[in-house]
Amino acid sequence: MTTETEITLTPVSLDEIKHLISERAIQGETVLLNMGPQHPSTHGVLRLLLELDGEEVVNCIPDVGFLHTGIEKNMEAKTYEKAAVMTDRLDYLNNLGNNLAYCMAIEKLADLDVPPRAQAIRVILTELQRISSHLVWLGTHALDMAAMSVFLYCFREREIILDIFEMCSGQRMMTTFFRPGGLWRDVPADFEAAVRKFIKLFPERVNEYERLLTKNPLFLRRTKGIGVLKPETALQYGVTGPMLRASGIAHDLRKAQPYSGYDQYDFDIPTFTDGDTYARYLVRVEEMRQSLRIVEQALNKLPLGPVRSNNRKYVPPPRSEIGVSMEALIHHFKLWTEGFTPPKGSVYVGVESPRGELGVYLESDGGPKPYRVHWRTPSFTNMQILPIIAKGHLVADLVVLIGTVDIVLGDVDR
Amino acid sequence: MGVEQKLGNMGVVTVKLEELVNWSRTNAMWPMLFGLACCAIEMMATQASNYDLSRFGMELMRASPRQSDLMIVAGRVTRKMAPVLRRLYDQMPDPKWVISMGDCASCGGVFNNYAIVQGVDEVVPVDVYVAGCPPRPEALIHGIVTLYEKVKGERIKDWA
Amino acid sequence: MNEHLQSIVQAFQERFGASTYEFRGEISLILRPEHIVAACQSLRDEHHFELLVEETAVDYWPEQTPRFHLVYRLRSLKHNLILGLRVPLDGNSPTAPSITSVYANANWFERELWDLFGIHFDGHPDLRRILMPYDWVGHPLRKDYPLGYEEVQFSFNFDEINVRKPYAQE
Repeated sequence: MTTETEITLTPVSLDEIKHLISERAIQGETVLLNMGPQHPSTHGVLRLLLELDGEEVVNCIPDVGFLHTGIEKNMEAKTYEKAAVMTDRLDYLNNLGNNLAYCMAIEKLADLDVPPRAQAIRVILTELQRISSHLVWLGTHALDMAAMSVFLYCFREREIILDIFEMCSGQRMMTTFFRPGGLWRDVPADFEAAVRKFIKLFPERVNEYERLLTKNPLFLRRTKGIGVLKPETALQYGVTGPMLRASGIAHDLRKAQPYSGYDQYDFDIPTFTDGDTYARYLVRVEEMRQSLRIVEQALNKLPLGPVRSNNRKYVPPPRSEIGVSMEALIHHFKLWTEGFTPPKGSVYVGVESPRGELGVYLESDGGPKPYRVHWRTPSFTNMQILPIIAKGHLVADLVVLIGTVDIVLGDVDR
Repeated sequence: MGVEQKLGNMGVVTVKLEELVNWSRTNAMWPMLFGLACCAIEMMATQASNYDLSRFGMELMRASPRQSDLMIVAGRVTRKMAPVLRRLYDQMPDPKWVISMGDCASCGGVFNNYAIVQGVDEVVPVDVYVAGCPPRPEALIHGIVTLYEKVKGERIKDWA
Repeated sequence: MNEHLQSIVQAFQERFGASTYEFRGEISLILRPEHIVAACQSLRDEHHFELLVEETAVDYWPEQTPRFHLVYRLRSLKHNLILGLRVPLDGNSPTAPSITSVYANANWFERELWDLFGIHFDGHPDLRRILMPYDWVGHPLRKDYPLGYEEVQFSFNFDEINVRKPYAQE
């Protein structure tokens, strides 16, 4: 069935946003300016309506939804396991983190065990993903301030991480490597060597980025004292992740409510008290180093053993069993045609994504498809802080502030 | 006895006008700096150091549609974004080309639902489709080279 | 269950007549719509639940009483606790009080709920569509709203769909 869709652009009328802009805009004293959805520094398809007094931002009204993909509705129409491919495409810089949250929600719902080896590999891969996400952030953030070389350096290292993902799963970005009850399969033999090589190489590379930016007077002028976020405002607006930590509140779900074996690893939560763009930069750079520490520890004590749960009601049997066991064949058939049916109930699982708390609310009605999936995405919540921190700054600083919130539009719009 | 021999080593090349124009178009094609979703990250990776798209005359991404020749639709096109996309396409000066990058832009991909336009070819005419979710940078480069082949085959009498 | 959480739950059962729902160690209080603002206020100011983690809804269509459940989740950084609140709402076009006066980030959550579920929030400062186009009809995440499936073009039905498919022209 093809639906004829009339494609027309419906602009926002002034009446609709009258309550958001100041009296001066209606009298024509300030200028209303549209920024986006196609703008090089909005990091995707974000639209901002700006009210400007000269160069100064009086008001900033974000207009999101240009990437609303209907993922939540689409997941309700698929079985639990098949819906996992949708999760990668939510926050496309943190694919494995999304997989992790979704798989943990199913595991909690179904009370499914995860073998220790799978948990350790999950930690290694999500931490590598965190580094790669921060690298994209750092590259584009610096690019917004016209520091082109940082972008090139960051993507050079990101490729090494993507090569590791590709080695494990065959895909660079949309891996769907984590499955309910463990991993899709074990990592290849040369995985450890590749990660070790990266661990050896990366600290020097972080120092290199820091040499380019941390004491760079131009960078300091653009970031110090820009977009100060007070801790009480941050809490009021539900800001999480590096933004909250840069405002002086050391809240990290990996420490507060350890999941997937994070309690076994020794790492710090970088916290700064300034709450400005520079502090947020420092937090994220330091987080890359801490993530690397976690990866190294997890790799050092990587246990041997299976990587998927043995619960045949949820996890398909291995290929070798199907040929010899009738029961395994039945399970395999049932799981791939009908899917598994977790008990009725609802769970919430939150994990620490590179941007903040990524949560999955999963409700089951006892059937093979999720009844309701809601993604509590960090960018959506953090995005609301942008009008507050942008107020009173110049338009040129607004570009930097969009970068510092570290939004991913796929994450905002879902 | 062509003109080449007459001119000798004077540094002159003779070529058909058609080929000259097409050659110059392919070697300085400016894509629009325009990313929608996941594929935009791979497009950035194609631009960055490892894959270095500037080898193909594309180091300059123009943020303004009025300065660009090529639109790479990188990512899923939603019903809310489609009119904007069409307007951007209309703002580009002729000649212009469109590459539909990735499954979502080409046919809707895994998202067959209310929010996503099932293929950007319903909104703008597409020259090259690149498959993959997201396509690897090599695949995008292959798509661009394929587009070059197409441009090189354009005929002067079709322009008017 | 944590002792501190136990005491809060007990206090709320007495004060608002809340019932509880527990599954896999997560506890939710089921409240009536008129109590939600007072409950959130009390949780934030008296019990240190500083963060509103999420606010969402579940549609139980074709059931009518209740048709929707509003789901709130609050986090306390001080006590390291998480608490859910559920508010059942009846009917096809329900209304609930807005909690934007208590938690500022409820603003966009409630706009999203209005957009995707059609739940109206009283006292919301800016209740507009947020994710869908401004002139969209319907609320997509409701269970009676179709997914919007479009037939996929394969080689066996290529021509048949091609006839109906609108392609853009120059």
